[in-house]
Amino acid sequence: MINFINVFVNAFPFLMNGLVFTMELALSSIAIGFVIGIIVGISRSYGKRFSYTLSTIFVEVIRGTPLLVQLFIFYFAFPQIGISLSPITASIISFSINSGAYQAEYIRGAIQSVDTGQMKAALSIGMTKWQAIMRIVMPQALIKVIPSWTNEFVYLIKYTSVAYLVGVPELMAEGEFVASRNFEFMNVFLSVAIIYLAIVMIITWGFSRIEKMVRMPGV
Amino acid sequence: MDFLSTLKVLLDGTIVTVELTVTSFIIAFSMAIVVSLAQVYGNTPLKVIATIYERILRSIPLLVVMFILFFGLPSFGIRFDPFTAAILSLGLCSSAYQSQIFRGAILSVPKGQILAAQSIGMNGRQTFFHITLPQALRFAVAPLTNEFTIVLKDTSFAYALGVTELLREGTYIVSTTYEPLLIYLFCAAIYFTVTFSTNTVVKRVEKKFALPGFEFRGERA
Repeated sequence: MINFINVFVNAFPFLMNGLVFTMELALSSIAIGFVIGIIVGISRSYGKRFSYTLSTIFVEVIRGTPLLVQLFIFYFAFPQIGISLSPITASIISFSINSGAYQAEYIRGAIQSVDTGQMKAALSIGMTKWQAIMRIVMPQALIKVIPSWTNEFVYLIKYTSVAYLVGVPELMAEGEFVASRNFEFMNVFLSVAIIYLAIVMIITWGFSRIEKMVRMPGV
Repeated sequence: MDFLSTLKVLLDGTIVTVELTVTSFIIAFSMAIVVSLAQVYGNTPLKVIATIYERILRSIPLLVVMFILFFGLPSFGIRFDPFTAAILSLGLCSSAYQSQIFRGAILSVPKGQILAAQSIGMNGRQTFFHITLPQALRFAVAPLTNEFTIVLKDTSFAYALGVTELLREGTYIVSTTYEPLLIYLFCAAIYFTVTFSTNTVVKRVEKKFALPGFEFRGERA
């Protein structure tokens, strides 16, 4: 136990450096993924044939293939067609696209769970369809999507650990770096696990607070 | 390397991927049933233990669990080969998610059904096996399929331990042919085919075993 605390304290500065990268990856990917998710989610819900088909293919293909393969395509395969990306850029792009597909499904689910009467009411008072979507349906849908969105954020934080495999110095990579020097593999990776655990718990708690704050009474 | 031998190597990798998926899914399935029963029907200490187990495993990245099992445990004298370590860690992580699926499924059986069973004189065990379980299993099919495809996709993490699954085989070919785009896209296509066909088959099965009037109308998790 004392040995573990020793290892933890010594590894802590390195792991914190890694955590910065982990959070950078997770935050930027969840934000870009959110934009992708809203666009794809809306076209999956309200799109005409063309945009519906296109967004469905996007969602199915991205959700049907592993994140690691997507990352490898962006990092190892794109240089072949003349696009060389740094490890961080490749990670952020592939995580954003991956997360975008999942978020699109969550947003679509939330849009469908908004009472159809709301849309009809908005149209009947003379709003255009676009106005109705933006002012009536989306605000309600976005509140409903918070729990699954929290899940997605947690998933994303955990999945950023694969960026280690293309050489981003995030939490996992720093752990590997420290462990390969002091050979305390068990204690170092347990420390890494504890840090992930703490971050995930803080985020889950934070979002459940936000969810309570923005809840609409009666809807 | 010609096309046919490339295809053969990738298919070998696919077989390993499927082996990893099926074995770890079965392990996770059996563990998840125990955990979910403890969470729903257990006394307070059991509930607490099951909840802690599930929370911790759902918060730690699969890659970290793999590294703890593969690189960490040898310091306690427990050694796994990469394949076993990958199966165990996939199983552990997935069991936490599956336990939540079962818990949700058990809890979504209407309360009236259980009261009705008790009122015609069934005891607790009979109620569970004849009333709750058959319905809960049907509720669980859709989210379980989803979880199965997640496990399938996560087997690609075993790449990091050196298991020669699909992605690792793909990387071997890339390192000799220098055709990363083609090979990785082909790997992606294989993964997609497997997940897509699994989904299609399960949807059929689900329809076949649906109880008329008791279809689960929730969203697919």
